[in-house]
Amino acid sequence: MTDIARLPPAGALSDLRTRVRRREPVDWTGIAFLTGLAIVILLPLIVTAVWAFAEVWRFPAIVPQRMGLGYWQETLTRNDVWQALWLSLSITTTVTVISAAICFPAAYAFARLDFPGRNVLFLAFLSVQAFPKFGLIVATATIFLTLHLVGTFWGVVLIQLVGTLLYMIWIPVSAFQGVDRRLEEAARDVGAGPMRVFWSITLPQALPTLAAALLITFVSTFYETDAAWLIGLPNVRTMPMVMISFINNALEVQYGAVLFVFLWVPSFVLMLAARRVMGADAFAKGLGG
Amino acid sequence: MAQVQLSGIAKTFGKVTALDAMDLTIDDGELVCLLGPSGSGKSTLLRIIGGFEMPSEGTIAIDGVDVTDLPPERRPTAMVFQSHALWSHMTVFGNIAFGLKLRHLPKAEIRERVEKVLDLVGLTGYGARLPSQLSGGQQQRVALARSLVVEPKILLLDEPFASLDQHLRERLREEVRDIQQRLGITAVFVTHGQDEALAISDRIVVLADGRMQQVGRPGEIYAEPKTAFVAGFIGAMNMLEGTLADGEITASGLKLPAEGSGPAKLAIRPEDIELAEPAEGRTVTVRRMIDFGAHVVIDGKLADGTHLRIQTDKAIRVSQGDQIGIRVESWTVFTEGDEPRRYRSDTVRSFRGARYA
Ligand SMILES: Nc1ncnc2c1ncn2[C@@H]1O[C@H](COP(=O)(O)OP(=O)(O)OP(=O)(O)O)[C@@H](O)[C@H]1O
Ligand SMILES: [Mg+2]
Repeated sequence: MTDIARLPPAGALSDLRTRVRRREPVDWTGIAFLTGLAIVILLPLIVTAVWAFAEVWRFPAIVPQRMGLGYWQETLTRNDVWQALWLSLSITTTVTVISAAICFPAAYAFARLDFPGRNVLFLAFLSVQAFPKFGLIVATATIFLTLHLVGTFWGVVLIQLVGTLLYMIWIPVSAFQGVDRRLEEAARDVGAGPMRVFWSITLPQALPTLAAALLITFVSTFYETDAAWLIGLPNVRTMPMVMISFINNALEVQYGAVLFVFLWVPSFVLMLAARRVMGADAFAKGLGG
Repeated sequence: MAQVQLSGIAKTFGKVTALDAMDLTIDDGELVCLLGPSGSGKSTLLRIIGGFEMPSEGTIAIDGVDVTDLPPERRPTAMVFQSHALWSHMTVFGNIAFGLKLRHLPKAEIRERVEKVLDLVGLTGYGARLPSQLSGGQQQRVALARSLVVEPKILLLDEPFASLDQHLRERLREEVRDIQQRLGITAVFVTHGQDEALAISDRIVVLADGRMQQVGRPGEIYAEPKTAFVAGFIGAMNMLEGTLADGEITASGLKLPAEGSGPAKLAIRPEDIELAEPAEGRTVTVRRMIDFGAHVVIDGKLADGTHLRIQTDKAIRVSQGDQIGIRVESWTVFTEGDEPRRYRSDTVRSFRGARYA
C-alpha cells in the first residue's frame, strides 16, 4: 500500500518517532483521578483481603504479624455457612428467573407497544422504587405475617422480586428502545414474520444490555439484607445474614473478611465473564439509556 | 419484472397529511425517482409501497394484484434503508443469507447465491466481516446485496447514499442503475438531490407537501416545469416576482415580452442568459464571479437589488461592480391557477430541451 520509494531513510524515521513520542501529552488530570479512585476503591478492598489471611495484625504494623489459613478453615468447615450459601444462590436464581419472566415481556411492551394507560403503568412500576425501601418492607412484612409468608423461602423471594423491578424494567425498556426499528423492518422486508424478527433481530440486539440487567439483579439480590432480615429470619438465613451474625457475635474482623473474599471471588469472576461476553459499552448503554 | 399501481393513495399521521390523492403507475423495469424537499412525503410513499405504513386511503397493486393489506414480508419488494440497517450481530454473510435461510434453501445454494450477489456489488471475499468492520460505502453495498439476494420484483431505495461523500455517491448510484438495468427490476429511488434524480431516473416524480407536482422524464421536468415550485426546485433557476401588463412582464427592472395581466412569477435559467451590450432595463451589476472551470457563473444584482444568476462561457472574465448587459433567451411566466407560458427570444439557439432530453 505504502509507496516504498517515498519512505524517508531509516535514520530519519527513528528521528520522526522520537519526535512523536515527545509530543504525546501527559494526562496529569487523568492520572490524578485514577490515583484517587484507586485509593478510595482498591485500598479498603486490599486491606480487607489481607485481613482474611491475617491471624495476628496489631496496630502499628503495616503487614500482619502472622498470616495463615486458620480463619478460613474455621469458617469453611461451618455447616451454616454452606447452607446459607446454597439458600442464597437458590433464592437469587429464583428471583432473577421470575423477574426476567415478568419484566422482560413487560419491558418489551413498554418499549414497543402503544396501549392506553402505558405511561401510568410504567410510572406505577417505577414508583415502587420511590418509597423508602425499608418502610415498604416493614409494611409488606405485616401483610406477609397474616399470610404466613414471613420466615419462608417464597416470602423472601416475593419481597426481593419487588426490589428487582427497577433494574429489570428500566434497563430492558431502554434496551428494547435502543434497537433500531429499521433493523426490524429490514428483517420483515426480506421475509421474516414478527416472531422470527423478535428472536433473530430484536433479542440478539438487546441481549448485551439485558444480560447487564440480569447480572445487576443477581448480584444485588444476593447481597440484599433489609428484606432478608425482616422477612427471612429466623428460618431463612441468607448469606449476608450469616455474615452479619458472624460480625456481631465475634469481635474478630477475620470472619467477615474471609466471607468477603469468599463471596467476592465468584461475583468478580461473573463480572469478568459478563464483560467478555458483552463488551464494556453494554453496561454503559444499559445504565445510560 | 413488475408494475406498481398506486390509486388514490393518501396518508395522514394524526392531523398531518403526509400524502394526498396520489395516482401513479410505475412500469415494469422502470427506475422512478421520488424527488422533493424534506417532509414532502417521499419516505412515506416508499414505505407504503414496501408495506411498512398502511395508507389511510387508496390501494396499491403490484402486477395487478392488490397488496394493500399485505405485510412487508409478503410483498415482492425489498428496501434499502438510508441508515443501511445492517444487523450488527451478524456477519456480512449472515446479513445477506438471512432472507434465504427463511426460505429454507439448501446450504450450498445459499452460499452460492450470497457469493454471487457479493460479487455483483463488488465485495467478493468480505462475507466473514462484521458490518462494523466495513466503510460506509461498503455497508451500503451490503445492504443493497441483502435486498437483491431475495430477488425482489421491486427495489425500494430511501436515500441510500445520502450519508456518503459525493464521489462515492455518484459511483454507487451508477452501480445501482447498472444492476437495476441488468437484472431488469423495477426500482423506486428516493432522493432530495436533483442531480441524482436527473442522472439516473427514467422518470421523476416531484413531490411537495404530500402532493405530486409533476411526473415526467428528467429532460422534460427540467425544460418544461409545470409549476413554479418544480421550476425552482429542479436545476438552478432565477425566480423573480413580477407584474404582467401591456404584453410585458416587469420584474426587478427587467422587462420581457409576455401576455396576460396581474402578478406573476418570471423564471429564467442561468444558462438562458447571454451577455450583451448594456442597455436600458437590461443591465446587471456584478457582485461576484464564480469560476467552475467548465463554465463561469456570475452572481449579479438587478436594479432593485434582486440577485440574478448567469451561467456563461468559461472565457468570460468580469469583476465586482462591473455593469454588464444581458439578453434573456428563454423564460417562463407562472401565473396563479394558469398553465405556465414559455417564451424565447427570436434569436435563440436550438432550444434547451434538446440538450437534456
Ligand atoms: N411516523 C410518523 N408520525 C407522524 N408524522 C409523520 C411520521 N412519518 C412522517 N410524518 C410526517 O409526514 C410528512 C412526510 O414525511 P416523510 O418522512 O415522508 O418526508 P420525506 O419527504 O421523506 O422527507 P426527508 O427528505 O426529510 O426524508 C412530514 O410532515 C412528517 O413530519
Ligand atoms: Mg425521508
